[in-house]
Amino acid sequence: MLTPISTIHYLIISAALLLIGTLGVLVRRNIVVILMSIELILNAVNINLIAFSRHHDNVNGQIFAIFVITVAVAEAAVGLGILIALFRNRETVLADEIDLLKW
Amino acid sequence: MIVTIFFYAFALLTLGGGLLCITRRSAVHSAIWLVVSLLGAAGLYLQLQAEFLFAVQVVLYIGGIVVLFLFVIMLVNLDEAAKQRQFNRQWLVGLAAAVLVGAEVVYFLRSGMKTFQLPAPARTALITEGNTEKLADVLFSEYLLPFEIASVLLLVAIVGSVIMAKKRI
Repeated sequence: MLTPISTIHYLIISAALLLIGTLGVLVRRNIVVILMSIELILNAVNINLIAFSRHHDNVNGQIFAIFVITVAVAEAAVGLGILIALFRNRETVLADEIDLLKW
Repeated sequence: MIVTIFFYAFALLTLGGGLLCITRRSAVHSAIWLVVSLLGAAGLYLQLQAEFLFAVQVVLYIGGIVVLFLFVIMLVNLDEAAKQRQFNRQWLVGLAAAVLVGAEVVYFLRSGMKTFQLPAPARTALITEGNTEKLADVLFSEYLLPFEIASVLLLVAIVGSVIMAKKRI
């Protein structure tokens, strides 16, 4: 089962990376690390897409991965912009101290 | 044989870097481990014969996004946050949810394992043509409209982040 490397191996790696990213989003307090965890999740998605692109010998999966990277860049830029604005107003980067909309 | 060794080395880099990234106290250390994880993923892309995405991953992710992260870490004072608790009060619930989703994923991967056991077909067309050429062919014909929409999205993101980070508009 360990050799030769087939598509299922890449799917397992991708699932594990997705879980690590999810765990980071759920348990960390620092917003910077939460944004990094989102990048990990998007990378897991990309590994999955490229593994299936190879599996079917079809280049469309790689095109989709390029779009995912584009969205990841936009998300990181806007997220970090929001973080700077937030730090200017509230002097904190901890996610559970920002609770104005909580009842 | 060498393919197997490289696969497990890259997988270790990806998963180990990811785990260390979400557990470090200092945000700068997290960013450095994120680089390790992204490099491992780039190696996996190379093994899957996606050479263009390998280059994009290194240049854009590691050279762009992680540097952006490091800039923001320098701009924002994180010393106070590093001294406090790193995990929120619901960390046990979060861990349980992640384990639950993990069990689900393992179950479905096990039941579908037979389908994906086959090694992927050998590529013949791409050896003569090259990965980048083929990607460009499809991207600029079939996916032209999504490509243009993605460029508009990037423009909106630039304007949005500038407005967000500016003191007075």
